[in-house]
Amino acid sequence: MPIDLKTTSIEPLRKTFDHIAEKLGGDKPATRYQEAVWGLQPQLNFHYRPTWDQNHALYDPSRTAIVMQDFDDLVDPRQYYYGTWTIQRGRQQDAQERNFERVEKRDLLAGLDAVWRDRLTRFVLPMRHVAWAGNTNNSAICAYGYGAPITAAAGLHMMDELGVAQYISRIGLVLDENETTLLDVAKDAWMTAPMWQPLRALVERTMVTQDWFELFVAQNFVIDGLLYPLVFDRFDARVVAHGGAAFPMLTEFMVEWHAESARWVDAMLKLAAAESAANRQHLESWLAQWLPAVAGALEPLAVFAFGDTAALHDVTADLRTRAGKLGLGA
Amino acid sequence: MADNVFIALQNNAEAQPIIAAIAADNPDAVVNASPGMVKIDCPGRLVIRRTSIEAGLGRDFNLQELHLNLISLGGNIDEDDDEFVLSWQR
Repeated sequence: MPIDLKTTSIEPLRKTFDHIAEKLGGDKPATRYQEAVWGLQPQLNFHYRPTWDQNHALYDPSRTAIVMQDFDDLVDPRQYYYGTWTIQRGRQQDAQERNFERVEKRDLLAGLDAVWRDRLTRFVLPMRHVAWAGNTNNSAICAYGYGAPITAAAGLHMMDELGVAQYISRIGLVLDENETTLLDVAKDAWMTAPMWQPLRALVERTMVTQDWFELFVAQNFVIDGLLYPLVFDRFDARVVAHGGAAFPMLTEFMVEWHAESARWVDAMLKLAAAESAANRQHLESWLAQWLPAVAGALEPLAVFAFGDTAALHDVTADLRTRAGKLGLGA
Repeated sequence: MADNVFIALQNNAEAQPIIAAIAADNPDAVVNASPGMVKIDCPGRLVIRRTSIEAGLGRDFNLQELHLNLISLGGNIDEDDDEFVLSWQR
């Protein structure tokens, strides 16, 4: 007896959630990222004002001068939500772990000459304190920000900054055969060396910056945008030339991560600036305020690390070009 | 139609940006969704561009990753790092 197989096609009643469909402008298949971030921001029924800030509701869009019709528009081009982010970082962590293992096992940094070892200690290792500030600042953006797309990404960015701080600490341990003497020297440089004090003062200023979008510009665009190319690109190259050929293996994650996260940072500024002329003005005035301040604070450090400020001028010019590409004069 | 080329992909979350990129790059393409599968027919020539998929996906994409969600295709393939083209021309 012949058996006739039939297929029945069942059309799903809806392709995504109603609030996502509303945002997409129709019932279309949405990405997991969109479903993970849109509409997540609590907006209603805040019965009481927080005791620590009577002028704002618990979640309040007016904590920044930036005004968005819809803060859900600030979407991350990398489309990171917890799943995709952990998979990507897990992969990078595996690679970075192997690099550390290889350098430690074969003692690949043994050939680094003493002068550059000292420079590395006083210039790169204190960066872990700057990275920790980046962690705290992004935590603040996540806490006081508005709209799940940017606050969620800031939460991930916060953990990434902590990861960078930890990797820098491990470089100190590798250089010192697991003793903490060099890390103590670096901490002391951060706290007392005159060349670090302008940057330390500036970093402390970011920690009391109230407007979370200004903090975003200062920390993620200006501070990281100058420091990462300066330390993990320009300085790396110098260390390599002086017997530290294995050093870039230990900073690979930082280079990769900075290039990747810069796409998110740039997208946030671009989207906010495109929203209104007032937003653009705020962003430009923050840039005009923070960029020269950070570049100035980095000057004594650049002189210590490179002997002159040529490299710093290069990365500052690059950052201005980057801002220009986003349509922001700086 | 005899000179249609087609590509059939699994209808899952990973394939969505690929399907969207194909639909955007090929105005003549007809997207037929069936349960678990999306079959895209296109008269003459169908192009899949790496850059379009990357724009929708938000990360780097290797065109070889296409095969993870590929069910079937019809047409002669011309493939390089940037484009995957199906057509009946040789």
